[in-house]
Amino acid sequence: MSVDNRVAHLEGEAALPRKNGELVFAAPWEGRAFGLAVLLSEKGAYAWNDFRERLVGEIANGDDAYYERWLDALQSLLLARGVVTADEVSRRADEYARLERDPVF
Amino acid sequence: MSHDHDHDHDHDHHPEAPSPVEARALALESLLVEKGLLTSEEVDRIVSMYEHDIGPMLGAKVVARAWVDEAYKQRLLEDGPAAVKELGISYPAGTQLVVVENKQDVHNVIVCTLCSCYPWPVLGLPPTWYKSPPYRSRMVREPRTVLEEFNLTLPDEVAVNVWDSSSDVRYMVLPQRPQGTEGWTEEQLAGIVTRDCMIGVARPRIPAESAAR
Repeated sequence: MSVDNRVAHLEGEAALPRKNGELVFAAPWEGRAFGLAVLLSEKGAYAWNDFRERLVGEIANGDDAYYERWLDALQSLLLARGVVTADEVSRRADEYARLERDPVF
Repeated sequence: MSHDHDHDHDHDHHPEAPSPVEARALALESLLVEKGLLTSEEVDRIVSMYEHDIGPMLGAKVVARAWVDEAYKQRLLEDGPAAVKELGISYPAGTQLVVVENKQDVHNVIVCTLCSCYPWPVLGLPPTWYKSPPYRSRMVREPRTVLEEFNLTLPDEVAVNVWDSSSDVRYMVLPQRPQGTEGWTEEQLAGIVTRDCMIGVARPRIPAESAAR
């Protein structure tokens, strides 16, 4: 986890950074996860609210690594809609993790 | 060339294995591309748009116009989406934008207690702290204390209204025009309207050098 991320996700009273000009995305994958969810909704793959409801659920149940919860919400919605299968996602993720695919965003 | 792609990143030669969450994001994107649901270029475009083109400068333009044009301000307060469209800002159908006006005795601030709803088309993406659990829970419970932590101390006679966003209704704060800005152009005015002013955790301030003139 990057320092930016750690700062952003601190819990408790000290967790309110007060400066402007923070990075929008702490890492490229966060931007990609954001873009995928917005784009699919724009293209009509689902209503935005269906995504949002899952995001609320993931945030309520998980820790507060915000974009990880975002990605969880997106994945669970795509699984529920049958767009992707759990098996193909985990197989593909393994290929990236083992560098069998080029991990460049 | 030893590699068969056209990227020019440092890690081409010594690639590091992506973290599990990165691998999952890569997996989803590549599968969605393969299934023809989107292209990586489209994702690039969205990300870059939210990083560079869509941001608080759009909301600042709206605020500055409302400050110089009373009739526009009324339209903005009555129908947010229609009024921002007048300035060439597109606002997606299906979500409301409610603009809440700060007054001498009323201060408004926005929050999303459930997740991170935010008026993207006029403010861009929310800052990290807006999405943090402490902000989301505490702004509703103890707004004055949280505002003080943002260095905004409000006198007791000023009422604080906290607006909790939802998927259907997004809020934006119309700050008060500061004294000492008489005769300023819209562009100058927009320059002092920050993102935080439109969230409601700050007030527009005149930079020292302008005040001295």
